[in-house]
Amino acid sequence: MEELKQYGSKPTRFGFGDGLVTLGEKHNNVVVLGGDITGSVMTSLFKEKFPDRFFSIGIAEQNATTIAAGLALSGKIPFFASYGAFCALRNADQLRISVCYNEANVKIGGGHSGISVGPDGATHQVLEEVAFLRTLPHMTLVVPCDYEEARKATIAIGEYIGPAYIRFGRSPVPLFTTPDHHFALGKAQVLRDGNDIALIACGSMVWESLVAAEKLAEKGINARVINSPSIKPFDFETVVAAAKECGAIVTAEEHQVHAGLGGAVAEAIVKNHPVPMEFVGVKDSFGGSGEPEELMQKFGLTWKEIYASALIAMHRRDKGSLPNVRKIKEVAEYAG
Amino acid sequence: MSFEVEFGTQTFENKRQSPEELASVAKEIRRDIIKMLVLAGSGHSGGPLGSTDIFTTLYFNGNMRYDHTNPNWEGRDRFVLSAGHMAPVMYAALGNAGMYPKSEMATLRKYNTRLQGHPGRDMGLPGVETSSGSLGQGISIAVGMAMSDALLDHNDKRVYCLTGDGELQEGSVWEAAMSAYHFKLDNFCWIIDNNDCQIDGRLPEVMDVYPINEKCKAFGFDTVVVDGHNFEDLQRGFDVFLNNQKNKTGKPTAIIAKTYMGRGVSFMEDSYKWHGMPPNKEQAEQALGELQ
Repeated sequence: MEELKQYGSKPTRFGFGDGLVTLGEKHNNVVVLGGDITGSVMTSLFKEKFPDRFFSIGIAEQNATTIAAGLALSGKIPFFASYGAFCALRNADQLRISVCYNEANVKIGGGHSGISVGPDGATHQVLEEVAFLRTLPHMTLVVPCDYEEARKATIAIGEYIGPAYIRFGRSPVPLFTTPDHHFALGKAQVLRDGNDIALIACGSMVWESLVAAEKLAEKGINARVINSPSIKPFDFETVVAAAKECGAIVTAEEHQVHAGLGGAVAEAIVKNHPVPMEFVGVKDSFGGSGEPEELMQKFGLTWKEIYASALIAMHRRDKGSLPNVRKIKEVAEYAG
Repeated sequence: MSFEVEFGTQTFENKRQSPEELASVAKEIRRDIIKMLVLAGSGHSGGPLGSTDIFTTLYFNGNMRYDHTNPNWEGRDRFVLSAGHMAPVMYAALGNAGMYPKSEMATLRKYNTRLQGHPGRDMGLPGVETSSGSLGQGISIAVGMAMSDALLDHNDKRVYCLTGDGELQEGSVWEAAMSAYHFKLDNFCWIIDNNDCQIDGRLPEVMDVYPINEKCKAFGFDTVVVDGHNFEDLQRGFDVFLNNQKNKTGKPTAIIAKTYMGRGVSFMEDSYKWHGMPPNKEQAEQALGELQ
């Protein structure tokens, strides 16, 4: 397996913007709809390059989503991007009926996702949309872990036929996958091998999981780290194999702990091979203002939380009972 | 059921016709609506009967260009029923245009039917361009189609969309209207079926959306108010649209058709109680008797 290496830092939204331009060059029926924040979600790059295929819809996400459905029913491949708070939930019924029920070939780019948006506060931080989107029939949903994967995932959903959503963030995150790194819809990737515990993550928490695995290794614990960018379709096989071979699982995501990636993993293993599981994510609360790192600390979206959760899950597996959680958290604190 | 319902096999041409000829098409459509609904045992009577004359003018007076032998013909105009609950009148119009066998009308709302309670594109009934039923969305879909034709493919195809008048209470309708004007879609024709009724009562009692004409004007539409039960007046409305497109005025058109819910059946006419109800057997017999 690859060694943990960071090549720099870049926001995933840059990968979306660059991927869109590549798609625009390859396919002349790719069109983009703007929702007034094109600079933030990087559709401005496409706008500059292909002004005839860019349409500004203004601050009207319901309309933009549904216009996209009309364009798709006319053979176009429309992308609409905004903040995830507005293009996944405000337009929920439009996504459900006009996009998914119609099986319209519409692509949505949800930016500024999770709490790492920072100072804007809870209204602009979206922590619930993965739960909603993955219940929609016909929907494809990807949560890339870094710039490079976001770029590849954008191209992949553009070339796939059917409704699709890509979730990306505002702040720079470590860049650790390379252009050669394999990405495919419906596939998870084992980034680090190990059989003591499985850490399954998506988005910004993949890097944190890799760091947690390094720290666990110092204690002699070999963690398997799985990057699961494709929330739907979901790679059941890789997840169930991890349950069988590791016997305990920790999931990590910058999202509510309810019904997101953790939910998908739980559904998969409960049916096939139940094992103790711990969930790292936001625990049923709204976000707030602050610097991204402060918020990630506050809401427990760190490698330390993953590290502690791994010890808890392993204890539950080995002893069949809950450990002293406070003590384990203290251990995790000192591990840094 | 001792009450026998049969659907005819006659279909009608799509060309400029006299008001008398159009009236006979409309009568057949209304009869089919009644038959479909009594067999279904549920569904909307009032709106479909009230907008039948609009559909007759749209589909049978040369306004919509389609080929019933090739429903997916690339050059066709498109119609979007934003008010999805009015599906029976669209299905009846499509059947009478020869898009599918009229006998299939007997399956309205039944298990596995192509004639879903609200239009479902997944079932593949010829002439159904999109699913609809959650109000206020079809009009945005139609705007997207019109953008594709006018701004990307640069062809001369037309997109028609019918909304109800209660539907105007959905805010997203006005987002769509704003964008039809913004993108100068003179290939877009919005028809508002103004029967002044919704399930809970008269529009001004439930939520006053008037004045409709002035609102549409303010949103940049070329508007025309017509008698929705007079074929010549309805065609006057469609001609305003056709001229806007022909002369490339850059203005979208709104036809506000004044109609009566339940038109053609005495006990249903102008009664909002018939918005979401089908006739029972006796009522259907009486209605068909009136529609001879």
